[in-house]
Amino acid sequence: MLFAVFLPVLLAIFIPFFSKWKEKIHTGYFVLLAPLAVFIYFIPNLGNNFTPISQSYSWIPSLNIGLDFYLDGLSLLFVLLISGIGSLVTLYSIFYLHTSERLDQFYVYLLLFMTAMFGVVLSDNVFVLYGFWELTSISSFLLIGYWNYKERSRYGALKSMLITVFGGLSMFGGFILLSIITETTSIQAMIAQADVILSSDYFGLILALILLGAFTKSAQFPFHIWLPDAMEAPTPVSAYLHSATMVKAGIFLVARFTPIFSGNEWFFVFVSGIGILTLVWGSYMAVRQTDLKGILAFSTISQLGMIMAMLGFGTKAAIFAAVFHILNHATFKGSLFMIAGIVDHETGTRDIRRLGGLVTLMPISATLAFFGTFSMASVPFPFLNGFYSKEMFFTTSLELHDHSMWISQVLSQAIPYLAVFGSIFTFVYSMYLVFGTFMGEKKLDQLPVKPHEAPIGMLISPIILIVGVVVIGLFPNLVNGSFIAHTAEAIYGSPVEKDIYYWHGFETPFIMSLIVVGVGIFLAFFRKNWSSIYSFFPGKLSFNKVYDFLLDQSEKTSAKITNSYMNGSIRRYMALILIAILVCTFTVLAITDGFAWDTSNLAKITVHEVLIAIVMAVAAVSTIFIRNKVGAILILGVVGYGLALLFVVYRAPDLALTQLVVETITVALFLLCFYHLPNLRERTESGSQKAVNLVISIAFGALMTVVAISAHSTKLFDKISDYFLKTSYKLGGGDNVVNVILVDMRGIDTLFEIVVLGIAALAIYGLIKLRNKKEAE
Amino acid sequence: MEIIMSILAGVLFTTGVYNLLQKQMLRIIIGTALISHGAHLFILTMGELKRGAPPILEDGIENYADPLPQALILTSIVISFGVTSLLLVLAYRASKENGTDNMDKLRGSEND
Repeated sequence: MLFAVFLPVLLAIFIPFFSKWKEKIHTGYFVLLAPLAVFIYFIPNLGNNFTPISQSYSWIPSLNIGLDFYLDGLSLLFVLLISGIGSLVTLYSIFYLHTSERLDQFYVYLLLFMTAMFGVVLSDNVFVLYGFWELTSISSFLLIGYWNYKERSRYGALKSMLITVFGGLSMFGGFILLSIITETTSIQAMIAQADVILSSDYFGLILALILLGAFTKSAQFPFHIWLPDAMEAPTPVSAYLHSATMVKAGIFLVARFTPIFSGNEWFFVFVSGIGILTLVWGSYMAVRQTDLKGILAFSTISQLGMIMAMLGFGTKAAIFAAVFHILNHATFKGSLFMIAGIVDHETGTRDIRRLGGLVTLMPISATLAFFGTFSMASVPFPFLNGFYSKEMFFTTSLELHDHSMWISQVLSQAIPYLAVFGSIFTFVYSMYLVFGTFMGEKKLDQLPVKPHEAPIGMLISPIILIVGVVVIGLFPNLVNGSFIAHTAEAIYGSPVEKDIYYWHGFETPFIMSLIVVGVGIFLAFFRKNWSSIYSFFPGKLSFNKVYDFLLDQSEKTSAKITNSYMNGSIRRYMALILIAILVCTFTVLAITDGFAWDTSNLAKITVHEVLIAIVMAVAAVSTIFIRNKVGAILILGVVGYGLALLFVVYRAPDLALTQLVVETITVALFLLCFYHLPNLRERTESGSQKAVNLVISIAFGALMTVVAISAHSTKLFDKISDYFLKTSYKLGGGDNVVNVILVDMRGIDTLFEIVVLGIAALAIYGLIKLRNKKEAE
Repeated sequence: MEIIMSILAGVLFTTGVYNLLQKQMLRIIIGTALISHGAHLFILTMGELKRGAPPILEDGIENYADPLPQALILTSIVISFGVTSLLLVLAYRASKENGTDNMDKLRGSEND
């Protein structure tokens, strides 16, 4: 499985080389190998007797992070969707993207996405899952912004990134809490400890954080706003990421954690409540759109809401229906996106107001679109898979668990009505989409390109998907026991067996379906008469405004804050850094009671040392006031030589020698350079500036004095120097202990010191050379 | 004596930092030099002063001065020499190129 996960990204390394021959052979053919291989690799797992497989590869054992892959029914469904739809989308993209585009970048992003997505659905380790999760956000960002010369693409890419990464980070917080509570990083081990998590004090926070991650990713209300803008991506990307796979990662996450969370009633309130709200809002807003992909985007939002709602129901039948709908949605929505892409490709526009009557010109696409949209609208035909899962949705919405909290009781009562309401609009936008595009009068004069049927290569993928729609519709139990029953079992926790059949008898769900179709036809027919309702509600209200406002304000505020201290003056930064050091160190000293004063172990005070000290102090202070540059150097020399004298007094002959040599060279160097530098000027800063500098400097000096005295007065453990004194001769073969330490015991340190000096020498040489060259010109 | 040396180190740091906060590059370099002197004294004082003989092994002597701070300071002296030299040449080049050694005038702008 490790290889399967990383195969796409390994292939991505070679894409830039393949793309060199893109004029001869489209790069997409190479890319196709990866998802196809993974699909074939996982296909044998289908069947009636499937047992979960887990594989572990060690990575960071100290942090409990490993590449632990776990393939159960849930991951299997997603892996097959990702690789299967991935193959079809790649095939489609070969005909969609012209070789003049930057194919290498596109396919590298796409392969990166595949690996990320496989990782998300196969990882058992929460932190690895999180890593792949963010990788999907990043690759989605890159793909949405693929046509980066378009302003809308960049806007959409940034928006999706900000919203999904915000959710991802919340989810990460939830994962950290989970791993602290359960002391494991494995999801399966967490599920085994579900009762510990449910009774934890942090359960509410964990639930909220993880659901935030899932809702942002799956574009649930009110975070759905990024998905319509993500439609700026090339259509294969929309079909793949933004309908079939990535947006379902949120659903996957909720499903993955259902065994833990479903014991809590708030899980039902949030997941089903938000889900059903998203269903209603998405389908209502879809009818307002004029862009084909816009309609499909809102349709995706609403369908995701429906799946989310079913997961929240938590009943056996609901989970089964949710899983079934994940599969069905991928088939019909994937094909519809591809057809929208074909229409765009062949007519030059996606604006439904300029389209119409294309059925005679593009008969195959039109037929496919009819199947797709009718399945989406859940028209009760036995050969449309959408109808089955929608019918199950109605059934399960009537069979909810009993709830104790009033809010969940109210929600349970409202859900069937909201479900019907949302489905009516689903019906309306489906009809609007297909009839608006393919039926009615032709408006050829409004089209940029004369339309004709798409090349066969482009049609293969939607045809395969629509065949899937019909086959699942005709023989729904084909995918039941061998496939989705395993998925449902993985989510629900115990075996789920359910026969899918078309005719349930005249029961409430069927009546609900009839209402949907009846009212739907009516509303779709008279759409123009009532569509003015959108100018009243939501009118100009939009969550986009909230997003734009927040983004704008945070940019302005951060710019204001940054500009308030980053004024470009290095002195200012220096002062700020010093103040930070002062505040931190003094605070720590005060809190930990770090100051110590111990006079019991002091050396005797002698007159000559005090004299040297006074001379050094006076010399140091006078560097501030002196204005003659040669004088300044000489005074600095006084300090240096004074230090050398102190080294002599304090039994450090090596230091004294080195200090003398270095000081001499430094003074000589200073004199050489100073000759070329301007003289010291009178300090011109204002009084307050002077005072601030003075306060900082004195405080800093005081800090160092305090630390030095405290360090001297505190002896927490024995000196380690005794070791050096004892072993210097034995290990290093030298009597001079300081030298042995430098060249032998800490030899690598000294080596790096020499490297630093070498770099400095090179830099100096370079700077001087530069001068010579310039002066020579 | 350690207390006096600590105070001297503090004075060196104070004057060094004050010079560091000036506008003129020369003063800044003087400031860094003073700070490194202060740091050397600081490290030395953290151990014990004037106890035992210089750390050069000789028969019959048991008590030696602490060799570890000395080794650290030795490294530091050489490094600060390198830093000071580089700063000097840099200051020289910068003032030659830009015609000023005032840090405020050397400030870059967004459009550079």
